[in-house]
Amino acid sequence: MKPAPFSYFAPESLNAALELAAEHGYDAKLLAGGQSLVPAMNFRLVQPTVLIDLNQVDELAYVRETEQRGLRIGAMTRQRSVECDPLVAEVCPLLAEVMPHIAHPQIRNRGTIGGSLVHSDPAAELPVVAVALDATLTVRSNSGQRRVPALDFFQSLFTVDVAAGEMLVEVEFPPWSARTGYAFQEVARRHGDYALVGAAALVTLGEDGLCERARLVFLNVGDVPMEARHAAGMLRGQRLTEELIEEALNVAAEEEIDPVADIHATVAYQRHLARVLGRRCLQEAEARAQQIVEGR
Amino acid sequence: MQSVTVTVNGQQYQRQIEPRLLLSDFIRHELRLTGTHVGCEHGVCGACTILLDGNAVRSCLLFAVQVEGCEITTVEGLAPDPEVLHPLQQAFWEAHGLQCGFCTAGILMTLIPFLEENPNPDEPQIRAAISGNLCRCTGYQHIVDAVKIAAEKTRAEHA
Repeated sequence: MKPAPFSYFAPESLNAALELAAEHGYDAKLLAGGQSLVPAMNFRLVQPTVLIDLNQVDELAYVRETEQRGLRIGAMTRQRSVECDPLVAEVCPLLAEVMPHIAHPQIRNRGTIGGSLVHSDPAAELPVVAVALDATLTVRSNSGQRRVPALDFFQSLFTVDVAAGEMLVEVEFPPWSARTGYAFQEVARRHGDYALVGAAALVTLGEDGLCERARLVFLNVGDVPMEARHAAGMLRGQRLTEELIEEALNVAAEEEIDPVADIHATVAYQRHLARVLGRRCLQEAEARAQQIVEGR
Repeated sequence: MQSVTVTVNGQQYQRQIEPRLLLSDFIRHELRLTGTHVGCEHGVCGACTILLDGNAVRSCLLFAVQVEGCEITTVEGLAPDPEVLHPLQQAFWEAHGLQCGFCTAGILMTLIPFLEENPNPDEPQIRAAISGNLCRCTGYQHIVDAVKIAAEKTRAEHA
């Protein structure tokens, strides 16, 4: 349970970090909060020969509002800072709602938003939020930067669109219409443990009370966040009756997720949870949107 | 080998260490402060929880080289002198909030900032706060009782 030896660098600027990343390429691992990487190193599942510690790169820790009333969050922002930031609660309430579900307070004190997104654990909450909200991720190297939509960023199990020498530096959450309600729910055996299944939903209502736009994304029922696009499409332009939600979730739970049986849950149970959590989330999101519409 | 200078419980220490040395092992083996316990060494059990610049963190998920210039508090830093317990420790003693004691240091260090932020917690909040600390003896009930006693006493003192 002790890590293998490595050379340690703690650059104090993004440019210095990118230079080191370019120089060491595949031999290097970038250390953010370390709440997933360090356990893996303790188990010697990961044995980088070079560790580039980003914890001194203060310029990557920030939460800012965009001109369009979205959010830009620096990759090294601690999960606990995101959780407690009133700007996040105001501008991006789904993100604020999800934060307490991530592991335990001690982990969130150290863990970062960028670290969790890049780690891309299928049971992690932040990738699901990024996909649900149409986030854009900014990836930089010492030769330039590119912006990647969340849907393309998460490629497969623990694999994202970041090459050796590159680094995730920022995630941007665009604004959603004001008449949007949101919800997130998950089922875990123990508080703070990896969830068996989770769901995030967004529902935008028109002035007429009909569903203008909907989004439904599931957690831990596939290698990456599983977006139920057909199910969400069935809701568009409709009143969200119980029957319609049930019908949409049949499609979502039977055709749009890809659960694998493990010691914690059978495939049938995971589909059942997806159906139940999906329904609860859509209903809660719609109720919240309804409150906003009526509040006007 | 790399040099690290860190303040632990108000005292400054300097050591030459390998970068791969975990902070938990640094505290126990280099500084000989064995009140911080090591359980799982992968961030699950919470036994090694310490305060890093005031925040509760797992010391097994940090390398000692990362805490250069930082302030750390371990369980040894709680009691004002060997004869007097910290109010939270006193409450654990009164409520029988421990049996074997292996998890206790981590639970105390988790609760110190929690009670500062939240001096009047209800039971679900207490249980959520200690959800990242495993105790295999008590079933948690007496720990929750101890937190309630500590919170009450602290509020009474400040009233």
